[in-house]
Amino acid sequence: MAHVHDILIVGGGGAGLRAAIAAAEADPKLDIAIVSKVYPMRSHTVAAEGGTAAVIKENDSLEDHIKDTISGADWLADQDVVELFVKAAPAELIQLEHWGCPWSREPDGRVAVRPFGGMRIERTWFAADKTGFHLLHSLFQTSLKYESIKRYDEWFVTKLLVENGRCQGVVAIEMQTGLIQPIFAKAIVLATGGGGRIFPFTTNGAIKTGDGMALAYRAGVALKDMEFVQYHPTGLPGTGILITEAARGEGGILVNKNGYRYLQDYALGKPLDVNDPRHPQLRTMELGPRDKLSQCFMKEREKGNTIPGPYGDVVHLDIRHLGEKKIDKKIPFVRELSKNYAGIDPVYEPIPVRPVVHYMMGGVHTDIQAATSIPGLYAAGECACVSINGANRLGSNSLTELLVFGARAGRNAAAFAKEQGKLDTAVLEAQTKDEQDRIRKNFLTKTDGKERIATIRTEMNSTMEVGAGIYRQEGPLQETCKKLAELKERFKNVTIDDRSNCFNTELTSVLELENMLDIAEAVAHSAVNRKESRGSHQRTDYPKRDDENFLSHSLAYCTTGAPRIDYQKVVITNWPPAERTYGDTK
Amino acid sequence: MAERTITLEVFRYRPDKDKEPTFQSFTVPFREDWVVLDALNYLKDQTDGSISFRWSCRMGVCGSCGMMVNGTPRLSCAAFLREYYPGPVRVEPLANFPVERDLIVNLDDFMKKLKAVKPWIIRKEEKPVSEGEYRQSPAELANFKQFSMCINCMLCYAACPVYGLQPDFVGPAALALAHRYNLDSRDEGQELRKEVVFSHESVWECTFVGECSVVCPKDVDPAGAIQQEKVAGALDLVKSVLMPWGSR
Amino acid sequence: MSYRRPIASNWWMAKTNYKLFMFRELTAVFVWLYLIFYLCQLSQLGKDPGTYTTFLSHRASFPWILFHIVALVAAIYHSVTWFNLTPKVIVVRQGEEKIPDGLIAGPHYAGWLGLSLAIIFIVLWS
Repeated sequence: MAHVHDILIVGGGGAGLRAAIAAAEADPKLDIAIVSKVYPMRSHTVAAEGGTAAVIKENDSLEDHIKDTISGADWLADQDVVELFVKAAPAELIQLEHWGCPWSREPDGRVAVRPFGGMRIERTWFAADKTGFHLLHSLFQTSLKYESIKRYDEWFVTKLLVENGRCQGVVAIEMQTGLIQPIFAKAIVLATGGGGRIFPFTTNGAIKTGDGMALAYRAGVALKDMEFVQYHPTGLPGTGILITEAARGEGGILVNKNGYRYLQDYALGKPLDVNDPRHPQLRTMELGPRDKLSQCFMKEREKGNTIPGPYGDVVHLDIRHLGEKKIDKKIPFVRELSKNYAGIDPVYEPIPVRPVVHYMMGGVHTDIQAATSIPGLYAAGECACVSINGANRLGSNSLTELLVFGARAGRNAAAFAKEQGKLDTAVLEAQTKDEQDRIRKNFLTKTDGKERIATIRTEMNSTMEVGAGIYRQEGPLQETCKKLAELKERFKNVTIDDRSNCFNTELTSVLELENMLDIAEAVAHSAVNRKESRGSHQRTDYPKRDDENFLSHSLAYCTTGAPRIDYQKVVITNWPPAERTYGDTK
Repeated sequence: MAERTITLEVFRYRPDKDKEPTFQSFTVPFREDWVVLDALNYLKDQTDGSISFRWSCRMGVCGSCGMMVNGTPRLSCAAFLREYYPGPVRVEPLANFPVERDLIVNLDDFMKKLKAVKPWIIRKEEKPVSEGEYRQSPAELANFKQFSMCINCMLCYAACPVYGLQPDFVGPAALALAHRYNLDSRDEGQELRKEVVFSHESVWECTFVGECSVVCPKDVDPAGAIQQEKVAGALDLVKSVLMPWGSR
Repeated sequence: MSYRRPIASNWWMAKTNYKLFMFRELTAVFVWLYLIFYLCQLSQLGKDPGTYTTFLSHRASFPWILFHIVALVAAIYHSVTWFNLTPKVIVVRQGEEKIPDGLIAGPHYAGWLGLSLAIIFIVLWS
């Protein structure tokens, strides 16, 4: 029995669910399906904590949000897209509120906002410090009311089916049975999230292996701006568990081993006393942008000012002065996580933190309509690069991005699907058979493999951290590119213990590793070719921003060898590149 | 000095070859800050890649990794090995659910029940987005906030003897979510949820064992939610008897 | 394909909480048994003094005293577990905060104590 739909959405997180609902509302007669390798409520959107940005307060303006986002992106964001994003944001968040999202409130019942890094004015909506959790569950539960949305839970997509230059479906493993089957659709939306798991220390969960990015990449779509990887300044050492920016938004401070607020040494303004009513000052000190804060940690470490710990050096995030009541009200999850995974109660002790990989600004190259270069294929969310985040994303713009571009992708996919005739599934069956054979030959029936998944994965993680970390240089980057090529070669010899059909999680792990190696290569090669420093891509051998040569997006294309890197100019409308400054106090 | 180790007894079931489940014993390194999930991942990486289990966020918010650890439903990402040292640690799939494979259970029943309680905002008339948000005071938010914290980990279903003995029981998490929407000041759907919430397999099936709330890692208190719904149901019954002509 | 694990009929012996739950439910049986005993006692009262005295002396034997002790413990446990669960069912808020559990369970205990004292007063002074 063939699985045929009008629209197929790969990935059931914030962007995927939003796209499904948007398509269902655009036309209730459309047959919509979501395919995800996990149940939707497990998607990594669930782990986002701090909040989601949109302009609603009287003291704010769309222009301010646009300016903050563009400068936060170090001018690598496409300004027409940013304008659209900022304008669409408030309505999206109000729609979420109508769908039951329990936003935290002001005493008069209106939605409350909190300060966040890199933003001149407070505009981050929040649901305590579990915003992603509430957003995802509100979207998922709302999606249940649309009969036209069906779900393939725990089906692992391995390939896009492209025929006649159009994307017409996917091949997926039904994990419960192990059957490798095609799902055909007139339009496909990729919403599979980022790929932080290519690095060893990350806030990302197990499932963030860049699957959708790899699928598009292998189908010929460019991966844009892959070198821009965001390190969140405050992750727990060892586990990499996220301690939200909201902890700093509520007034938390970062100190080094001498108890000194070291950010003041790095052009991020002057610190105010924590009891000063003006603290924390927006866009200064601890509310600077994430890339700069992570870079400051590295510089402090070089100076020997960081605090050694069992999992490497840390600095301290001190929120004691907020008091128990405020912590339990505004950032209770921070307290819970610190107690469970760092063994300290932040009401009484500072939290050990260090930068950890958190977000990929880069992803599947799409235009302002969320469309890729393949007709019928759309992408939204972290797996896509539109680009609104450019070289560095501001905290709380990502959750909003899921909603704005998820909805856009859903609506556009719906419009596209309606124009298509019936699919010629017979042709696609042949491609499916090839994919079934490939998986069987390379993994399920292979007898001569000798490398374990964990070995290759650990070496990939290691080389990415060394060569493609916060500070990069030609030599180490070239080493990383070489190492990745070696690992891809060795991957051909990988072996898995599990040859069974039912819930073969080792098979999905090896396919995820295959995806990760591809996108790691895109990251490393894009990084070695960008000979400037901008946002989160910092080259010690090219320390300045070079607008003359590099006010462009990198485009990485899949070849049989190393990725081919090309460039596309950034769209500048009203905000010509300027110096990116923070720390001006009011 | 030799590195400390601990033994894990892992439930194995491979439908392709096993007629019956078995237990397999493994020795893993013992680390002070390792959770059961770390031990399982160590085994999968180094020893036996065929051990299958669900996990993702490893910070107690995605709800994937529920399993029985020494007979108690736990999130394996929040169950520290040091709580069980010197062990052995018995790891089994969540109780009261059919086992698909090793530590992976079939969740179809819960997904069905989740949808059945209509866990979305129901209103007679929707306000247009252009008119802004529904006003909701911090107190109104506090009314239902606790019940919205459910991560769908299903530890409560594993702890509930009623669900174990009567699989038709709608169950703690689904009913707590129904209660969350019933209490939300923006929702007007209590009537429409009555059929499911007050059916025979629903709140009246609960005998207030209370173990669901004990094991809940997010302090949702589904037991409390169900009893509160029972009160609402009883009052509703009284009202409909005394005032049958009342507006419905 | 999926494997259903059978549930043992002694499932409640696996955990202390389950055992306490079963005992809690069993307390209702003891309350009921005591009520039957009490009704028997009342009906014996209606008979001649000799029969009633025999009835009472029978009931002063060890097994019956044991029954009374167990029934009393059961009745107290029954009431205490009930009162302790009332804060989960009755939720009163002051603004955003729930009032402390003690303020819900407390009045139940107070009422219980008050009624008991009143009954003792009536019985002793009548």
